[in-house]
Formats: sequence, C-alpha cells, structure tokens
Amino acid sequence: MKTLEELRAIREKMQGRVGMRAEDANQTRVVVGMATCGIASGARPVLNTLSEAVQTRKLEHVVVTQTGCIGLCQYEPIVEVIEPGKEKVTYVKMNPEKALEVVDQHLIRGHVISEYTINSVASDK
Amino acid sequence: MYRSHVLVCGGTGCTSSGSMQIMKTLQEEIDKNGLHDEVCVVQTGCHGLCALGPIMIIYPEATFYSMVKQEDIPEIVSEHLLKGRVVTRLVYNETVTDEGIKSLSDTEFYKHQHRVALRNCGVIDPENIEEYIGTGGYEALGKVLTEMTPDQVIQTLLDSGLRGRGGAGFPTGLKWKFAKANDADQKYVCCNADEGDPGAFMDRSVLEGDPHVVLEAMAIAGYAIGASQGYIYVRAEYPIAVARLEIAIQQAKEYGLLGKDIFGTGFDFDIGLRLGAGAFVCGEETALMTSIEGKRGEPRPRPPFPALKGLFQKPTILNNVETLANIPQIILNGPEWFASMGTEKSKGTKVFALGGKIHNTGLVEVPMGTTLRQVIEDIGGGIPNGKKFKAAQTGGPSGGCIPAEHFDVPIDYDNLISIGSMMGSGGLIVMDEDNCMVDIAKFFLEFTVDESCGKCTPCRIGTKRLYEMLDKITKGKGTLEDLDKMEELCYYIKENSLCGLGQTAPNPVLSTLRYFRDEYIAHVVDKKCPAGVCKALLSYVIDADKCRGCTLCARTCPNNAIEGKVKEPHIIRQDKCIKCGACMEKCRFGAISKK
Repeated sequence: MKTLEELRAIREKMQGRVGMRAEDANQTRVVVGMATCGIASGARPVLNTLSEAVQTRKLEHVVVTQTGCIGLCQYEPIVEVIEPGKEKVTYVKMNPEKALEVVDQHLIRGHVISEYTINSVASDK
Repeated sequence: MYRSHVLVCGGTGCTSSGSMQIMKTLQEEIDKNGLHDEVCVVQTGCHGLCALGPIMIIYPEATFYSMVKQEDIPEIVSEHLLKGRVVTRLVYNETVTDEGIKSLSDTEFYKHQHRVALRNCGVIDPENIEEYIGTGGYEALGKVLTEMTPDQVIQTLLDSGLRGRGGAGFPTGLKWKFAKANDADQKYVCCNADEGDPGAFMDRSVLEGDPHVVLEAMAIAGYAIGASQGYIYVRAEYPIAVARLEIAIQQAKEYGLLGKDIFGTGFDFDIGLRLGAGAFVCGEETALMTSIEGKRGEPRPRPPFPALKGLFQKPTILNNVETLANIPQIILNGPEWFASMGTEKSKGTKVFALGGKIHNTGLVEVPMGTTLRQVIEDIGGGIPNGKKFKAAQTGGPSGGCIPAEHFDVPIDYDNLISIGSMMGSGGLIVMDEDNCMVDIAKFFLEFTVDESCGKCTPCRIGTKRLYEMLDKITKGKGTLEDLDKMEELCYYIKENSLCGLGQTAPNPVLSTLRYFRDEYIAHVVDKKCPAGVCKALLSYVIDADKCRGCTLCARTCPNNAIEGKVKEPHIIRQDKCIKCGACMEKCRFGAISKK
C-alpha cells in the first residue's frame, strides 16, 4: 500500500463488517422469523439476502436479526421492520427478491411497500 | 458476507478458562448446521468483564453470553444462530429484563465506562489488520504524514493534555518535544510493555486486543521526533500478546504501513520486539533501555535523560502501551475532544484493572475524575459477601492504600499523590475487613525485596531491613519504637535510591502507617491481628457449648493438634496447632473460631 486512497478502500470494504458490532439505541431493526415454520418456508435465504444487502449498501443504522415463531406460520417467511418511534411494519410471504425491494424502498427511501404487508395480504382473503 | 458475527474473547483470562476449545467446538457446530457461510466466528481481545469469562457476544443482536461451557455450544448454535431464540439461561443475568434482553451498554458495568484506549478491545479480530483499518485504523498515521508537520503533531499532544499512563504522569507531548529538539543521526521510539505491578493487566489487554494501535502510535511518534526505529519491550510472560504483536508487525509490513517510504511520503519506520525476562526493575526507563541493549537490566542515574541519551546513547522516547493507545484517537478527533474529558490537570480516561474483593473483577476505562466509589460500587458491583470496604490499593508496589474516608475523592494523578498513593499503571486492588494492612504492606515489601536489582544500597539493604521490621510486627515481636524507626527508614530509602523502584518502594508502608496506624498498634501493643490474618497472633479455639464431639476436626487436623473423646467437646492444643484453619472450614456446627 502506498497511498491513503488504498487505505480508505480497505476501510470502506471493512466498514460493513465491523459496523455490525456497533450498538446504538436509534437503530432500525429488521427481524426475520426463523423458527421451524419460517425455515421450512424459506426464511434463510431471505435472512441472508437482507443481511448482505444491508452490509453492501452500508446501512449502518440497520440491524438484521432473527426471531422465533410469532404464531402466524401460514404467512412465513415473515420480516418485521421496527424503526424507532414508528409503528412496526410486518411483511409476510417474503422471498429474496421481495426482501431486496424492502431494502431499497423501505429501508433506504422510507416507503413502506404496503402490498407485501400483513394488512393487505390478510384482507385479500 | 456474514449475517451474524460470534465474538469469542481470546484474552488471557478467557483463554485460561477454555475459550480456545469453545471456539473450536463452535466452529464445528456451525459447520455441522451448515451455517458456515452465514455466521463467522471472530476471536477478539479482552471485553473487560473477566470475572464472567469465557465470554461470547453474538452480533448484530449484541447478546452477551457469559461463563459459557463447551456443552452449551450446540444449544447456542441451534437455538440462537439457527432459530434466533436467545438462550436466556446462559445470558449475562444483568442484561435479562422483563421486557427482553437489554443492551450490553446499558449494564452497570459498561454504562459508566468510556472506552478510548480500549475502544477496539473485544470488538475486532486483533490478528486481522483489515478489521483495524475498518474502524479507522492507520488513518491517523496517514493524516500525520500527509497533512501535519512534526511540530504540529507535538503541539496537538501538548494541547490534548495527555500524560503518561505508566504511572508518573509526565506530559507526553513534552517528552516528545525534548527528544525532537536533540539532533542526532539516529533516534529511537520505545514502548514500555513490561507491565510488572502485581494485579495490573491493562497493557496486556491492549496488546492482545488491539496491537495495531500501538504500532500506529509508535510510527506517529517516530515521525514527530525524527526516529526511524522503534522497539517494543514486552515481557515474555505475555505469550498471547507477544504472538499477536508478531502477527501485527508482519501484517503492517506486508501492507506497507511499516517499513520504507510509508504512504509514499519518504518516511521510514520499523519496529522490533524485545522480550523481557520478567524483572520488575526493567519497567524503569533506564533499566529497560539497558536491557534492550542486551546488558543486565539495571538503572543508571539521570540526567542525562533518555530524551538526550537513551537507547544506545541516542535520543529516545519511551511511552507506555496505554498512553500510545490514546494517540491515534487524539490525532483524528482533535486535542479539544480529548481535553474535554477528565479533570483540570488530568485529561482523558484511565483504564483500571479491578481485582481483589470485588464482584466484577476485570478491566474498566473511566474518565479521569471518576470517584473510587463509582468505580467500586457502580461499575465493580461492590464487595462480595456483605463485607465492609476497608481500602483500595492503587499503584502496586509503588503506590499506597486509599482508605474509606477518601472514597469520594475524584481519581486523578494529583489527587492520588496528595492522599499518599499514586496512579501507577492502574491496578486497583480492593480490600475488605478481612485484609490485614500490615500483612499487605509486608506482601508488597517482599515483592520489592525480591525485585530490587541490588545496584544501590538504600534499595538493596533498606527494603530488606524494612521487610524484617514488618515481619517482626506480624509475628507480635514489634515495639512502638520500631514504628518510628520504620518511618525514618522509609524516608531514607525514598530520598537516596537510584531509581523509581527504590524511591517508591516504601509507599505501601508509609500509606498504611498513615491511615491504619491503629492496626500496627494492635499488632505491637495488644499482640493481636484485628483482621485475623497474621498467623502468629491468632489462636483457633473450640466453643465447648457448640461442639458436638463429632471428631471430624480431629481427623482433619494435619498435625494431630485436636484432642477429645467422641460426643465430648474437643480441645485444640495450642502448642501443636499450626494455624492452617482446616478444622474451622470442616466444622459443621460453627464451633471453631479464630481469635
């Protein structure tokens, strides 16, 4: 390494990785249901997609974690987005593609994708 | 890219309670569950809460598992990592609340802390230079080399008010300024990692948890004073620290952050490791340099000071590990940021190693000016078993005891000196009513007698005589005259010794004489040890009313000093009793006590 730019490039690359270990009360939490029902309906690729997207896009205020069964097994995979000071948004029947849309629309631009939320899916029936 | 990071503490404390084996099992379990592409295991340095080791933190949730056992690993992997269910029974109990798991930074132990020197310890993998760079590492070096003149660097340190963390508290910027002012064809930057105070381990933790910060700060120092070579003098008893330093130096060289023409600026800097054999005197600056030169580690008179004639007779600066760990942050955040923490004359934070009679033994970093009460009661969790606080010992064998009456004094360099102790490197040993202060003074004197290098008479013979007087008192053979003689001898040793070891060696005696003279008098006049520690002044007795005559004590006694018939009260024969206390521990009826 001979320049500061090279140093900064390594820093950029590593920031997502070490940034995960910061603790902040103002973080947005993205929670994926990873109980047996969730895993069986494909929650793992959803979780991995979300985690990777948040790290590559350097969304330092966002934490992607798992949780257990929340009791709505027929709607799995479920992803909840909990922003400080806002109502929880529950996305249901997710897949990796939809998850990426949530990252780009909701987490980055702040637009809730209402057609994927539990309210609209449940009222369809 | 991983969705979850499992941080396992690889500091000395957790390693000795089995964290390496835990890490291996963890990796096996992760592989078994097919999670190796999703979860990574990171070995870190010390988290500070050594009392609860082995420690494991799972991010991004920051779940803090404490006292983890190998058999717990499969459960943690399948429940937490796979299904996202926190294994509550294994979580540090202070973080478990009715509303769920609370954040680690909200616990009493961490909430009052402010981590500057320890900021990366327990957070990054010390064996991976890129993780250090990811937290802003080597940016301060880049800034210094490309944007600042050596004088600006020194001025920044002077403005920050940083003082040496090794104990004496000399302003770091001033030290650098003196060394820069002396022209020479070669100058040196040395790092004192010869942490010798019993009970102090903050430097070890920085070296184990964040070795690159020391390398970066030394390179900054080299640029500031005009040196191209650095040496780290670290004790060989710190094998993990030595191994990680070797890796760190190797990686820094590979990345071009040490060596020739750093950042293309023409600045060269290299660092060598020198291992000390564990002599306490080699923590003294002139002895340390003599030892690096390959000679017997003995101090020499000052002046000339190292800034003029140090290592190999060239201008040299010597900084302590913790001092260095602050420097990159000062460069990046500015001197005002650093000076905004602490008290008027002691800026920044200080790391303390809590030990002795305290719940949370471990490492804490607090702003200067925090009171002893906050450190011991709030962060340390107080004294176990409902015992009463008697004193805190700071500064190791060079320091003194702080009694309960000074519990609310803000801790900084000057306040500690004025109450007869010193900051020292930051060991803080808490003592309760079961500790005998005469015995404590004797313990430290025994240490300095052992460690005195023998070069000057006041230290070699003076400490030995002082130890003999203390020994006499603990055996109940002292006189009041001895107390006066001891004080006189203490001042003589302080005034006439060649180096810091002898000059400070009497401090434990002087401070205990000052605050706990009544205990000395009890030993001398009443021939009693109030804390029940000094064996010669104790006798174990059996309360005939409580004794059931079960014979357990008689069978336990290694010297057959207990006599009595079955179902009749027993008696301890004082002429045969060796005061080991085994009978008292075994008695089920609380019939045996020491007086």
